[in-house]
Order: sequence, then C-alpha cells, then structure tokens
Amino acid sequence: MPLPPLPTAAIAIGVHVEDWRGAVAAAGDALERSGSTSPEYTKRMIGVIDEFGAYVVIAPGLALAHARPGPDVHAEGLSVVTLAEPVAFGHPHNDPVSVVLGLAVTSGDEHVLLVAELANVFNDPHVIPALAAATDVDSIRSLLGVTAPPEEQ
Amino acid sequence: MKIIALCGVGIGTSAILKVNAERALARLDIEADVTATDVAGVASMGFDAQVILTSSELVEAIGKTNADIVVIDNYFDVDELTAKLETALG
Repeated sequence: MPLPPLPTAAIAIGVHVEDWRGAVAAAGDALERSGSTSPEYTKRMIGVIDEFGAYVVIAPGLALAHARPGPDVHAEGLSVVTLAEPVAFGHPHNDPVSVVLGLAVTSGDEHVLLVAELANVFNDPHVIPALAAATDVDSIRSLLGVTAPPEEQ
Repeated sequence: MKIIALCGVGIGTSAILKVNAERALARLDIEADVTATDVAGVASMGFDAQVILTSSELVEAIGKTNADIVVIDNYFDVDELTAKLETALG
C-alpha cells in the first residue's frame, strides 16, 4: 500500500527554528495547514516529548512527532518539515534532527499500514539525508514515493 | 515467544519498531508474536514477554520486568534489530 498523497501545505522546507519545540510546532503547523489537525494536537505532540523524552527521534537526524488520536485530529495526516539548521532533541544517539515528520491518526488501528509503508521508505538509509537536502516539494514527494493530491495535479 | 515494541503513546514509533522487528525475526527464522504498546500498557503486557524493544529514553519508564530490555538506536535499521535480537534470543 503506497502512502497517501501529500499536499503541498503539509510540506515545509528549510524552516528556521530555535529548538525542538519549534521543530515539532512546525510539523504541527503543516498538519493544521493541510486540514488534518487543530492547534491543540500540536500542543499534545510537544507534550508527549515533555512527558517521555526524545524517544521520537527514531533514527539519526529524524524525529517522528505524534500523539494519540483525539478530537483534534480531523483526518489521518502526515507532514514533512526540513530544518535550515538542525536542532537537538536530547537523544543520546540520533541528534541533531534535520527532518521532522508529523503524524496524526484518528484511530489506533488505521495507522498500521501507514507506518509500515513509512518503514519501507526509511529502510533505505539514504532517504533521511536526501530529504534534509531537498530544496523543492517534488523532490520530497519523490523521495517518499508519494504523489500530490488530485486537486494539485 | 512474545516480544513487545514499546513507545510513549503506543502508536507511530512502536508500530514502526514492530514492523521492522518482524522483518528481523524473519531473517533469523524465529517465530514470535510482536506487540506494539505504550508505557501505560507495558506493566500488564510485559509480564510474560521475553524481550522488550524500546528507545533508550523509555527504559526507566518500564519498571520491574523479567524480560530482556533491548535498546534500539535506529528504528529503521533492520541490521541493528537483527543483531540485537539474535543476541537477546540466542
């Protein structure tokens, strides 16, 4: 199963942030812009890291920001943010982070296929540095193996 | 055999860990049931697990367990998962 189409509003390239909170907020902003979530979800993604630490940094240079399903998630969504300057999240091995994915799901079950496909994409170790270096949305989509939604084509 | 993939909220990162752990187990030709769960669920689910896979950040949250706790640095690196599972289960 391929990943769902990725709207341009869900992608932000070369974002300037002060710290990991700013990086997660940028991923949340992109989810909001693409209609997936409300601002409350962004706060909850930051809250997960406040509570449990930087475990969301699951590979060198990559954070998968997420929170539980909730009323602030209107539709399943993925956002991709690349940072102009990498920031530390506090992970002992995988800092600094230059790519932040925002993930929002509406139920605990439906995301399994989505993340299985994410795992397929990122099993290729070249994808994270290539995403970090990408300068346009088409390159980002190409690296993830996704298309633009029909209304953008 | 039961293996737990643990993350803070039980979706997203633990599901990625589960998918790649299953790939590593297939390489090792080991049959095991891999379950994704969250920090709140590990106390009840972890009592009969052989292995708990997680991030270094979450080890302290696991509490008392008889399972081997295996810390995974790169969740997408099936080679790392294969090597660490082979050591834990071998």
